Amino acid sequence: MGLDFSVIPKYLDIVLLGALWTIAITVCAAVVSFFGGILLAVIALFAPALVRWPFRVFSFLFLGTPLLLQLFLIYFGLVQIGVDVPAFVAGVVGLGLHFVVYNSDLFQTSILAVDKGQIEAARTLGLSRWQALRKVVVPQAVRDVIPPIGNNMIALLKDSALVSVIGVSELTLSAQRAIGSTYRPFEFYVLVAAIYYIINLVMEAVLRRVERRIQASK
Amino acid sequence: MSQQKPFIDIRHAKKSFGTLEVLKDISLQVERGQIVAIIGPSGSGKSTLLRAINDLDPLTGGEIWLEDKQINKSLPHRQYEKHINEVRQEIGMVFQHFNLFPHLRVRENVTLAPKMLKGLSDAEANALAEEQLTKVGMIERIDYYPSQLSGGQKQRVAIARALAMKPKVMLFDEATSALDPELVEEVNLVMKRLAEEHMTMIIVTHEMGFAESVCDRVLFMDQGVVVEEGPPEVIFRNPKNERTQNFLRKHLAGHKA
Repeated sequence: MGLDFSVIPKYLDIVLLGALWTIAITVCAAVVSFFGGILLAVIALFAPALVRWPFRVFSFLFLGTPLLLQLFLIYFGLVQIGVDVPAFVAGVVGLGLHFVVYNSDLFQTSILAVDKGQIEAARTLGLSRWQALRKVVVPQAVRDVIPPIGNNMIALLKDSALVSVIGVSELTLSAQRAIGSTYRPFEFYVLVAAIYYIINLVMEAVLRRVERRIQASK
Repeated sequence: MSQQKPFIDIRHAKKSFGTLEVLKDISLQVERGQIVAIIGPSGSGKSTLLRAINDLDPLTGGEIWLEDKQINKSLPHRQYEKHINEVRQEIGMVFQHFNLFPHLRVRENVTLAPKMLKGLSDAEANALAEEQLTKVGMIERIDYYPSQLSGGQKQRVAIARALAMKPKVMLFDEATSALDPELVEEVNLVMKRLAEEHMTMIIVTHEMGFAESVCDRVLFMDQGVVVEEGPPEVIFRNPKNERTQNFLRKHLAGHKA
């Protein structure tokens, strides 16, 4: 049986719809992981021990177990205790929280790397510790850490394929559905790989623009 | 006439790090509009004393008063934070390494604190920034980032940033020490202008010539004590204490070498 790419146009709408879902879930999870990462970093560094420890345990659990398992737990497991979340939400939460922990590590390092003189200058003007963190330290820390965060976001895009197992009709699952009715795995997997690659290129281009803008202010 | 309280009153200031005593019972009164220079070798405690005034390096003993307010009074943590944030708004500080906020343009460096703490509108804050930046001769660079400025220009912006809070007193911690020699003068000029406007200033410096021409009083500190103090013409021309003489001799020799 040779290759036959002529089956693709008929299923292109399904695949492209899947691509949209992939983009949606990636963007949502990226936003969760970005702001959640900053929040977790600030908590890990500055909150009182009583608050800090539960979050440490949380970080450890999310880093130490497979993302796939976490998705199963959130989607199939939580129902048993009465928390029934839609697959899309479960996917965003699972992916988002997983990458919150990765991003938080990066943010923590970069927050600590901001020169002590910056806090001193802000405090001598009368800003509180929290105001100095929010307006002076965190913005600088975020700026310094954009390139590695961007790499995490590209990893997130690729890992978003995992949410196909909980039934979100994203790119990978829609390819599988097309394959199910055409028996053309090679053609559709190549197509889907190309689409992931294109989304990736766009993300990298956006990232480079952001980096260039940041560079101008350094 | 009743006795007037000093504007800034430092009483028996003590500071130690572990067993190391950095400040050993220092008292200093500064009148409103007075300009005081603190000189001395490195490690003498002069920066520590300056940083104690706005509580960046809290004292381990003694009191500091600004007018009728005790700066380092003992309060529960939360109340103390609130108190010190208010006090610090009245005390401008300029650092050796400028400490401008690199992620903000010159304009936002100046407007950040007035907007956050005094609730100024964008228009009011902009007018304030323009006024202060004009004063330090930096108005043309209002939309630049700090990284696009020379050291002298950065320091002038840092002064404008501090002045925008309308402080009652300005503290200068070796404001020109990190500058290339040819950039020192532009910062000194700004400080002279402030002196002419009778801003109360405490200046930790290595610039003896500047201290002599601008200051009303000079303190020579060594090993955590004020060894000698007096008007600049006495301290620089006719110091009584041997340690002061030695320090000035070495310092001048160093400058000529």
